[in-house]
Amino acid sequence: MDTEMDQIYQIDVGNLLAFNPNHRFSSAPSSREELVKECVTEGTKLVQAIADTLFNFPSTESVDGPLVQLPPPTTKLPREKHLPRPKPPTKWEEFALKKGIQKRKKDKIVYDETTDKFKRRHGYDRVNDDNDIPIIEAKASDEPGEDPFAKRLDDKKKRVDKQQQNRLQNLKSAAKAGALPSHVQLAASALPITGTKAQPKKLGKEELGDVAGLAATSTASGGKFDKKLPGEKPPKKQGKHHKYLPVVPRYGWVDEEKEQTNKVLGKLLSKHSHEILNVGKAINMYNDKKEKKKSGRSDKLKPKKDITKKKPYANKAK
Amino acid sequence: MMEIRTPKTHKAKRVLEKRAPKLVENGKKTLILHGTKTSATVSSVLMELYRLKKGGAIKYSRRNENIRPFESGGETSLEFFSLKTDCSIFVYGSHSKKRPDNLVLGRMYDHHVYDLIEVGIENFKSLLSFSYDKKIAPHEGSKPFICFTGEGFETVQELKQLKEVLTDLFRGEVVENLNLTGLDRAYICTAVSPTKVFLTHCAIKLKKSGTIVPRIELVEVGPSMDLVIRRNRLPNEGLRKEAMKLSKDKPKKKVKNVDQDDVLGKLGRVYIPEQEVGKIPLPDKSKGVKRERREGKVKKNKEEGSASKKLKESE
Repeated sequence: MDTEMDQIYQIDVGNLLAFNPNHRFSSAPSSREELVKECVTEGTKLVQAIADTLFNFPSTESVDGPLVQLPPPTTKLPREKHLPRPKPPTKWEEFALKKGIQKRKKDKIVYDETTDKFKRRHGYDRVNDDNDIPIIEAKASDEPGEDPFAKRLDDKKKRVDKQQQNRLQNLKSAAKAGALPSHVQLAASALPITGTKAQPKKLGKEELGDVAGLAATSTASGGKFDKKLPGEKPPKKQGKHHKYLPVVPRYGWVDEEKEQTNKVLGKLLSKHSHEILNVGKAINMYNDKKEKKKSGRSDKLKPKKDITKKKPYANKAK
Repeated sequence: MMEIRTPKTHKAKRVLEKRAPKLVENGKKTLILHGTKTSATVSSVLMELYRLKKGGAIKYSRRNENIRPFESGGETSLEFFSLKTDCSIFVYGSHSKKRPDNLVLGRMYDHHVYDLIEVGIENFKSLLSFSYDKKIAPHEGSKPFICFTGEGFETVQELKQLKEVLTDLFRGEVVENLNLTGLDRAYICTAVSPTKVFLTHCAIKLKKSGTIVPRIELVEVGPSMDLVIRRNRLPNEGLRKEAMKLSKDKPKKKVKNVDQDDVLGKLGRVYIPEQEVGKIPLPDKSKGVKRERREGKVKKNKEEGSASKKLKESE
């Protein structure tokens, strides 16, 4: 679409992009609509130019319509992420390179000589399974008290742990080079255990609240007027929890207080009341209390009670 | 002490692989958010931009007070969001007395701010104010044509950057095969002056012309606005060079089941599923389905039809 005024447009078919660098607006576009109209006409010309090239491409028929193969875009745009960096070779790979060890492909099915069958190499019912060995012959170097089966398990565990360590080291060096595989993340785990010191336990929400409450009660007003942080719950009711029953019962309701006292009286004055009160225990408790008072108290200001005076019910127990 | 964390589900693994740096990258996703205060114009611009880019955009609805793209410390939140949503272009809208109807278009490289350009919106006309035949309305996610007009885009540095950013923003995915019937939208950007760009979105009407190439007609459908260039920030030279680096190796495509033999040449492997002879579907030999019967019926109908036609003609 060349005209005298406009030279060739810069077209990037891969991006469906067209650029006309040579359009000059007539000195003062009269109104907004005129301007808009002119822009749209210019745009139409550009789109027409792209479509010209596009529709002349060889097209293949598909279910949805004619498919055309687009050339790669020519405008250079910045990438969104860096190019994938080459992974540094692992310790084994370096060793293999040095020694000239080639990788050999292993078969999934291997011939097992002990059972004359073909078994799989890994997994259920595998060749050379550690757990299937029935007899381990004793060697001259073995100690008499050692369990060879346990030893085998132990060795395996050690090998697995060592391999984990090696893997971690390889990944660390890859992370250093910025080439950590996409599905792996290295994260700092729990803090290492420092000798015999107990690990500081993390306090939960409720525990923190309790501790804060304790600290609050140490203030002069018992923490009642402390400024609370946003989100801090008001303190739970401190001290004894009394439930006082209503003195005047509600109309139609049972008099709870009366019921309470009646219940206690009933128990005391019933036929089996002597079985309820363990009189021996009561006396023992009283005597202990007295003795403690005698031994512990050295308060000279308090009036001393006459301990030789016997109480009336002390005899009743006999 | 470091520990190795790997995804426990296949889905998680696939997501991580999708987000990893690759030789050939996925299409850039756009993050749309707004700042402390937005005017009606800015919020409708953001909404319509989100609708235009529905498949590859994420819109945040809360206001973000601590994002200031042009200040050195104000980008941390943006970079965090970009990391979490895997978006490399962002559009940040705000409104203040000093900068009314402000839009900051920015790009990220490796989830760090690469470049920024700030534009002011003037003469905004919303999607809804355009009336057009609903049949030509562009479909969601279709690849658009992008057109730039005006010498400013070549000479003025800010406009050059704006051209690049708008191409990146509107481009969508880079595809190899394109369906010609699915071309229904175009973005037209005209440099009206060295500081002002007129942007509009049109639907494409293909009309018959004599040749294979249809005649194109554009109808304005979408939002149209004037962008006034305010501030901008170009990327450092070093960063730009790194971001523009192209890799020479082609992505390795494993061709399966094809072997090369020196004697026989190219060999292919064909897998045939096991045939269960007892379960093969037998031909349908019921009476009405037989070919002779069907053909006979068709002939009969034709004769009847032509007979009735003759009757009609004679009438």
